[in-house]
Amino acid sequence: MSAPLHEMGFLDAADALARKTVSSAELTAALLDRSEQLDPALNSLTWFDREAALAEARAADATRAAGDARPLLGVPIAIKDLLNVKGQPCTAGSNVLKGYVAPYDATVIARLRAAGCVFVSRTNTDEFAMGGSTETSAYGPTRNPWDVARVPGGSSGGSAAAVAARLAPAALASDTGGSIRQPAAFCGVTGFKPTYGRVPRYGCTAFASSLDQVGPIARNVEDAAAVYQVIAGLDPRDSTTSPRPVDDVLPAVRAAKDLKGLKLGLPKEYFVEGLDPEIEKLTRAAVDQCRALGAEIVNVELPHSRYGIACYYILAPAEASANLARYDGVRYGFRADAEDLQEMYEQTRSRGFGAEVKRRVILGTYVLSSGFHDAYYLRAQKVRTLIRGDFEQAFARCDAILGPVTPTPAFRVGEKTADPVQMYLGDVFTVNVNLAGICGLSVPCGFTAAGLPAGLHVVGPAFREDLALTIGAAYQHATEWHRKQPGI
Amino acid sequence: MAMKFSENADRMDVRYVAGLARMALSDEEAAQLQGQLDDILAFIGELKQLDVSGVAATDVATEARNAWREDVPERGLEHDAALANAPLARHGQFAVPKVIE
Repeated sequence: MSAPLHEMGFLDAADALARKTVSSAELTAALLDRSEQLDPALNSLTWFDREAALAEARAADATRAAGDARPLLGVPIAIKDLLNVKGQPCTAGSNVLKGYVAPYDATVIARLRAAGCVFVSRTNTDEFAMGGSTETSAYGPTRNPWDVARVPGGSSGGSAAAVAARLAPAALASDTGGSIRQPAAFCGVTGFKPTYGRVPRYGCTAFASSLDQVGPIARNVEDAAAVYQVIAGLDPRDSTTSPRPVDDVLPAVRAAKDLKGLKLGLPKEYFVEGLDPEIEKLTRAAVDQCRALGAEIVNVELPHSRYGIACYYILAPAEASANLARYDGVRYGFRADAEDLQEMYEQTRSRGFGAEVKRRVILGTYVLSSGFHDAYYLRAQKVRTLIRGDFEQAFARCDAILGPVTPTPAFRVGEKTADPVQMYLGDVFTVNVNLAGICGLSVPCGFTAAGLPAGLHVVGPAFREDLALTIGAAYQHATEWHRKQPGI
Repeated sequence: MAMKFSENADRMDVRYVAGLARMALSDEEAAQLQGQLDDILAFIGELKQLDVSGVAATDVATEARNAWREDVPERGLEHDAALANAPLARHGQFAVPKVIE
């Protein structure tokens, strides 16, 4: 008997559908069955509509029968609950958007829809993507499929947990300070944050606009590259998108078997006090594997790394405080009953937002306020320049940078919720990539003694997605970590 | 990742700043947020140690440029679709509590 349908990866599913060994309706039904069975314990999904998903799948099957041969026709994908899919709810994990139904498709959704993908379910997220554990969601915390007492990471914890638990072959997610890569590392799956400006954010609920980027979480690099390939590229509706053409990375990703001729940088600042010894050991073993594959490992310096979190927790809340001004109870979402407009705004926002969002909106308002702007916001923008400069200098000496994705493996649900600074420190290896606007990949690189996954971080220069992805693909060609499944 | 909290960190008036962001806090919330934001301000205050004189500010990290498109009208959301999520709509418009006495 062949493997169960839910075990198919994204491109496996595309192949099976093309060969007509399975229909999209069968595959979608299998994923929904599994979601109904397992998700009550995981809470990785905020919404799915069995009949609507099956209707989309049957429509894909019908057009295939009529000769439609689009390579991704009928392939199911889960979507982080902050991307607008026309006709589906889009809550961003917040009570303030309860009941909101998206009236249009985000650009990335329109592109996947044009490719024929089926939107099978919506995945849980920290409220407005603000968090590193998916515990700030108004819809309750998501659990890690490798140990349900632990968090899946965040903010895209729902996407990572759903892909790890085989509720979907791949998922879209977003990454502002590590929100794709950190949950991918915690859940033993592959996550990719493209270069800032590579993927359009039109229709992606905004958190911090100078940092937000959409990307895939998948079972392996090849699947992640296939999703990336569809969603990347210039969009007139997002003025930050680059007009650079998006080259087809898949042939190089498929051919990647070794790392000969590549120089990979190892920053000494990423192996410091606070790094869990097991994570350090697994990361160093992965670096050795890259060396065995032919890469030359060189030491590099990123001297301003330690200022990244402070810089990020000024800039991101500042931008968030402006972006979240739109939740005023006037045009969509929750509205509190009130006698006058001022009270309506205050009650809507006070009751609609959760604690982490309030914390960041207040912090952002403060660092932008008169008298403090220069001391915090402007200074942080200058520090951002120094952090960018670190990477520019490092990339003069190497092709890409390796390191750990997270300082620790997945922590316990509730362990860090009372202490925001401790939670923020978990972003130490990921935020700098967003501040510098470059691309970063997380690939599974082993397990701790307790059976928790670890991730290897492959950081590439701006618009060198091809490099990050081919390095990750060569690593996965030589290793089996990405094939491990949680025993749920 | 050892934390060093500076003793002369700024302290904000949480209720006042929340008001600027159009939020009203309960006493319990204000007390909890005050402590947490004190910690966060001490932490981000670490940037004050760095010499940034002569460093230009970065607002967007990559290839930022002014993006122009052809000035061609495009269809936006249909009127009904734009109003479909309104908490309250009247006469084809968003309705809000009375603004003028």
